[in-house]
Amino acid sequence: MSGAAFAESSLFKSRWVDILGRFLALVVVFVFFAVLVEGGKFYTLRNLENILRQSAVYATAGLGMTLVIIAAGIDLSVGSMIALSVITVAATLNWGGATGAATVASADAHYFVYQHPALASIMAVAAGVGAATLAGLANGCLIVGLRLMPFIVTLGTMGVIRGLAKGMANERDIYPPESTWIGSLMDPTLTSKTSSGWLLPTGVWILIGGVLVTSFLLRYTRLGRHIFAVGSNEETARLCGVRVGLTKLIVYTLCGFFCGVAGLMQFSYIGGVGQPTTALTYELFVIAAVIIGGASFTGGEGSVLGTLIGALTITVLYTGGQQMGWPKWVQEMVIGGIIIAAVALDRVRHRQST
Amino acid sequence: MTNRLEMHGVRKCFGATRALAGVDIKVAPGEVLALVGENGAGKSTLMKVLSGAHTPDAGEMFLDGEPYRPGNPLRARESGVAMIYQELSLAPHISVMENILLGVEPSRGPLLDWRTMRRRAARALHEVGLDHVDPSTPVRRLSIAQQQLVEIARAVALECRVLVLDEPTSSLTLPDIEKLFELIRNLKARRISIIYISHFLEEMQKISDRFTVLRDGQTVGTGITRETPVERIIALMVGRDVDELYPRTSRMPGEVILEVKDLAGEGKPTAASLALHRGEVFGVAGLVGAGRTELLRSIFGLAPVRRGDIRVAAYSGAAPPHKRWAQRVGMVSEDRKAEGLALGLSIADNLTLARLDGLGPWRLVFPSRQRAACRPWIEKISIKCAGPRQQLADLSGGNQQKVAIARLLHADVDVLLLDEPTRGIDVGSKAQIYQLIDELAMRGKAVLIVSSYLPELLGACDRIAVMCRGRLSETRPRADWDERQLMLVATGQEES
Repeated sequence: MSGAAFAESSLFKSRWVDILGRFLALVVVFVFFAVLVEGGKFYTLRNLENILRQSAVYATAGLGMTLVIIAAGIDLSVGSMIALSVITVAATLNWGGATGAATVASADAHYFVYQHPALASIMAVAAGVGAATLAGLANGCLIVGLRLMPFIVTLGTMGVIRGLAKGMANERDIYPPESTWIGSLMDPTLTSKTSSGWLLPTGVWILIGGVLVTSFLLRYTRLGRHIFAVGSNEETARLCGVRVGLTKLIVYTLCGFFCGVAGLMQFSYIGGVGQPTTALTYELFVIAAVIIGGASFTGGEGSVLGTLIGALTITVLYTGGQQMGWPKWVQEMVIGGIIIAAVALDRVRHRQST
Repeated sequence: MTNRLEMHGVRKCFGATRALAGVDIKVAPGEVLALVGENGAGKSTLMKVLSGAHTPDAGEMFLDGEPYRPGNPLRARESGVAMIYQELSLAPHISVMENILLGVEPSRGPLLDWRTMRRRAARALHEVGLDHVDPSTPVRRLSIAQQQLVEIARAVALECRVLVLDEPTSSLTLPDIEKLFELIRNLKARRISIIYISHFLEEMQKISDRFTVLRDGQTVGTGITRETPVERIIALMVGRDVDELYPRTSRMPGEVILEVKDLAGEGKPTAASLALHRGEVFGVAGLVGAGRTELLRSIFGLAPVRRGDIRVAAYSGAAPPHKRWAQRVGMVSEDRKAEGLALGLSIADNLTLARLDGLGPWRLVFPSRQRAACRPWIEKISIKCAGPRQQLADLSGGNQQKVAIARLLHADVDVLLLDEPTRGIDVGSKAQIYQLIDELAMRGKAVLIVSSYLPELLGACDRIAVMCRGRLSETRPRADWDERQLMLVATGQEES
């Protein structure tokens, strides 16, 4: 290949051009709705903030899914792990905030927590994120330890974890006694007069932090290089001394962790209620966000920034469709079609560049 | 009498590679023709031409005097040319009878005629001596030897005229081989012509009437097996000059750095012992499937060790790959595509993957430093590329292989395990790799090469051992070997 020809193709293939392309697609979709939705309602500050709040849950869970898909895996249990986190948070808050209901053995601890409401919130966060992380670890153990297909394992745990969440909640919504800062993670700040947040909802800041950390992990740590290697060619990774099993275990555990964090956001987004049926079918949105973001199902490819753009694109389509007054079935068809179009476009682009 | 099958001047090129450069073959009805040649002589391409998978660029083929031009494998099968490949091509989950009549199922209108199917399958099974096998058994329940017979039964059921067997004994036990030979004699009696491809010259002497030798894609000799001494056949197979490809500075072997004692893996190897010194290039010869690759993989921790000891410098025992790298042992895989390299990643990622140390502070890995670490190697062993960012899939085979070897250089290993390091690459790249191996040995590194290409082993190695059916022969200095000797030991003609 001559130098000039390569310069072109390297520009064509460069990460930033790729991300820019996806960003432009997002802008086009946004402008489409901005023009078509009546009365300029689509580009109000309130609506923009809503889009951000809504996409934060997908995008945060998407961080973990990005790692999993780069490592040539898949995790169908993210929706259930988010729900597990939501229920665990609500149940812990309930325990911390409730008076009198505690057993004798835990009475002292219970009273102590009751006296310090901040402690209850911290415990709830730890329990929620911890539960989802453990669920992710279990996924990883099954996949690595029993050498099962990730698709099958997580299809199973999707049901198991959802069932667990429902069982913990007795199949009813849990209403924690008082409002906590967890419950206000996703409260609007841009458009609220009473807000004390910095410009954006706290949850969105958490997402931004997560994006930075995960990007850094993928790009500058050996774990990141190993994840790409395992996804691109597992045999090569093994030959080069990468501990393939350990890498996968970490990846699925991290996916659980990010679902736990997404669960905190979801808890707040649905109004501080522990709903066992929340985040149903979110795995599809999350996977779609990662794929629209440029990750390849065959592994070895993908980026955190792409996933963020993917999550925003899906949310814009979703809210846009709603505000256009499209019936739900049209929305579903449009989003499905966009996913297929995005993947088909990637395929064409790949063929051209190799 | 017309020949059953004739091939005249068959040629086939793939890009710049000449796979077949003029092949002539004749088989009479009821005759067994042995087709022999070293790895890469063009046997498998010839099979593919015969089976219709490849269309020849030039040449003619005749089947019973009629021009034979199969456009695809199905047509070849319909014309009566059947192939039994080394890798069996049965569908493991479906029944024996469905496998036998796959694609030609008898039917009554839109429905399958199970009764006819069973009857025809049973008859075919009887012909190959599998009377006791129920035609409705799923194929996966049968042994490998039985599966092979089912494949032959498939050919018989289709009333084939020419049966091609590719290395049919490579995974069979001795009694099964005897049974197979018995069957071949029966098929001969039915005037079926058989082309028998094998590395094992003893077998070919036992079963064949005539032989044809291929070398570098050409027919270089043919004759009657009974009247030809085996030495003559080997001479025809290898007859090449060792040219000046192999630079060789005088080296002084140092202390032993890798010692393998009576190593046995799962299946193969069954018994292998060797001692590799610093500053030495050690060759392992043998046929494909003899257990050479498995030997390297067991040493490197990619395959299980069942018995024996592996000692690397001060470390003893089996160890997984990440420990081997830490012990400064590195390996190049024989299969670049499936294992050796991640073709979707960049040169920089591939080259540095085995050692990501020192590429940033706090054990971090900076992509810019990864690229910087690659540049000296790209220059030193002249990897033709646009830069370290380039995707590996864009490189030629030779340059990909250089990246695979450069990975070991970057990791600065002391022991290099190279499995077929020059397979499928151009002569220019080969020469550079030999030069590099020589240089490494001079700097006190130890190199273990597995290769099927004998001139390469004789040219580049200091000492050589031969693997045959899982056993490694004694090690002898290069000067004590010649191609004929290596071939004799590799084909099990001679204990060394």
